[in-house]
Amino acid sequence: MGATLESNLFVFVLAAFLGYEVVRRVSPQLHTPLMSLTNAISAISVVGAVTLAGAGHGEVLLIILGTIAMACAMINVVGGFMITDRMLKMFKKRKEK
Amino acid sequence: MPLVNFPAGVGVVAPVGSSHLAASPWYVTIIYLAAAALFVLSLKWLNSHKTARRGVKAGEIGMIAAILATLFLPEVRHYNWILAAGIVGAAIGALLALLTPMTAVPQQTALSHAFGALAAALVGTAEYFAHYPHLSPVTSGSIAFETLLGYLTFTGSLVAAGKLQEVLPTRPIGYKFQNPINLSVLAAAVVCGVLMVVAPRHEMVFPIFIGLSLLFGVLLIIPIGGGDMPTVIALLNSYAGLSASAMGFVVNNKLLIIAGALEGSSGFILSMIMCKAMNRSFLNVLFGQAKIEKAAKADDIYGGKIKSVTAEEVAAILDGARRVVIVPGYGLAVAQAQHATGELFELLDSRGVQVEFAIHPVAGRMPGHMNVLLAEADIPYDRLKEMDQINSQFEDVDVVIVNGANDVVNSDARDNPNSPIAGMPILNVDKARTVVVIKRSLSPGFAGIPNPLFAKDNCLLFFSDGKKATMAIIQALKEL
Repeated sequence: MGATLESNLFVFVLAAFLGYEVVRRVSPQLHTPLMSLTNAISAISVVGAVTLAGAGHGEVLLIILGTIAMACAMINVVGGFMITDRMLKMFKKRKEK
Repeated sequence: MPLVNFPAGVGVVAPVGSSHLAASPWYVTIIYLAAAALFVLSLKWLNSHKTARRGVKAGEIGMIAAILATLFLPEVRHYNWILAAGIVGAAIGALLALLTPMTAVPQQTALSHAFGALAAALVGTAEYFAHYPHLSPVTSGSIAFETLLGYLTFTGSLVAAGKLQEVLPTRPIGYKFQNPINLSVLAAAVVCGVLMVVAPRHEMVFPIFIGLSLLFGVLLIIPIGGGDMPTVIALLNSYAGLSASAMGFVVNNKLLIIAGALEGSSGFILSMIMCKAMNRSFLNVLFGQAKIEKAAKADDIYGGKIKSVTAEEVAAILDGARRVVIVPGYGLAVAQAQHATGELFELLDSRGVQVEFAIHPVAGRMPGHMNVLLAEADIPYDRLKEMDQINSQFEDVDVVIVNGANDVVNSDARDNPNSPIAGMPILNVDKARTVVVIKRSLSPGFAGIPNPLFAKDNCLLFFSDGKKATMAIIQALKEL
């Protein structure tokens, strides 16, 4: 097993456990925002799309695939964070009378 | 190392297990590391209402920093396509986020899983063609994972969104030999994936693999009915994350691996919670649709025992109540009754009644959906109670109003071991003094079985649409 794969697997397993511990503590009231937030965060795959769409010497097919991927990922990034914030803004404590 | 990214046709063999991002400049690595930390903090801050919005900020900062850092990578040289796609994507995302009504958040979430998964799948596809035919086993194996999960999540989420939006039929769609067919498609895809690793020079294997993955996504979700959507959306959430994580293995980027793993485990936890709340297993949700059991005849249970009430009678009962619990269900979302419910809450609260909401984990069409709807109607979140918090207290409750929920208050799940939903945890509303059920007709809920609660002595039925009924009760209360 290559050293790169080995370290990547370590990172993956540790991050999965960390995610488990952190997410376990999220109140069930916020499970919908949780889903949209994690989805926005994993749209970090946008960085892979950037390197494809921005490669000057690449083949046309790769640039096309990268550009579509970039647009899809950006929908997720912007849409995900915005709708999460929109939902969280609505959760209020008792109004003072 | 400028050209390592696209050695196709140049005859350069990509170094095993290494790719462009391995040689990122040090400052990019540091920014990625900081972004990973911010993503973890972002989820951590979501554990409390007070810090939740700070969590979103942390995630946004991490994301912006990571994207900016990537733009400075030496291999990124042309910005026109990045800019165009970025602007178009951001505009669509912003419109979706601003215009989606809160009742439609489940389908919006399903759509966003579809986009995220498609992005990962397309990048995987591009990486494959960039390196073909000089793929190391690690790279082609990771690409196989990334594209399988990406494409199946893409079509699966589109089908889920279609069902939630009711463009596609919401009932489970079954056909003969469903499970054998589904499993053969999956098996064929796995065989192709293995071929990609052991015999990377076969030209047709990858396109067939893509086709099978797309098909499997459709086949997997088509048989699933509306009531199982919370589990399925959570599962697709997990797959979308795992495909992003697999992409991290392909392009050797640990930030991707971490962010994907966070979503992967989050979706996994949520789907486990949903399964537990229905007393079912994953496999049963995904493959158990075919057999719909014959339930007891509705007439035997309901015959002559249903008492229906009017808004005025409900108002009279509420007039003497000191503690009221409202149980919302998917029907409340369908009837858009959240604001009327908020008004009823304010009215009762101003009359000194203690009002709370009892929320079953699988109420609605995605985890936490009801909480968002009630928050939208300005109901303070400390009045939203989880099933375990409130279940022991129903004896002290004067009136329960069930609006748009059915299976989650079906007493058969608790009392009848032969019921198809036996063992599913329910809200014990029948322990309250009086239960008022707002329902359009006696038609069964998602499980397709009658509900003995309706025939109990302390249960009254108000036959009406969820929103109209709530407004009629408000009107009648004001006229008392």
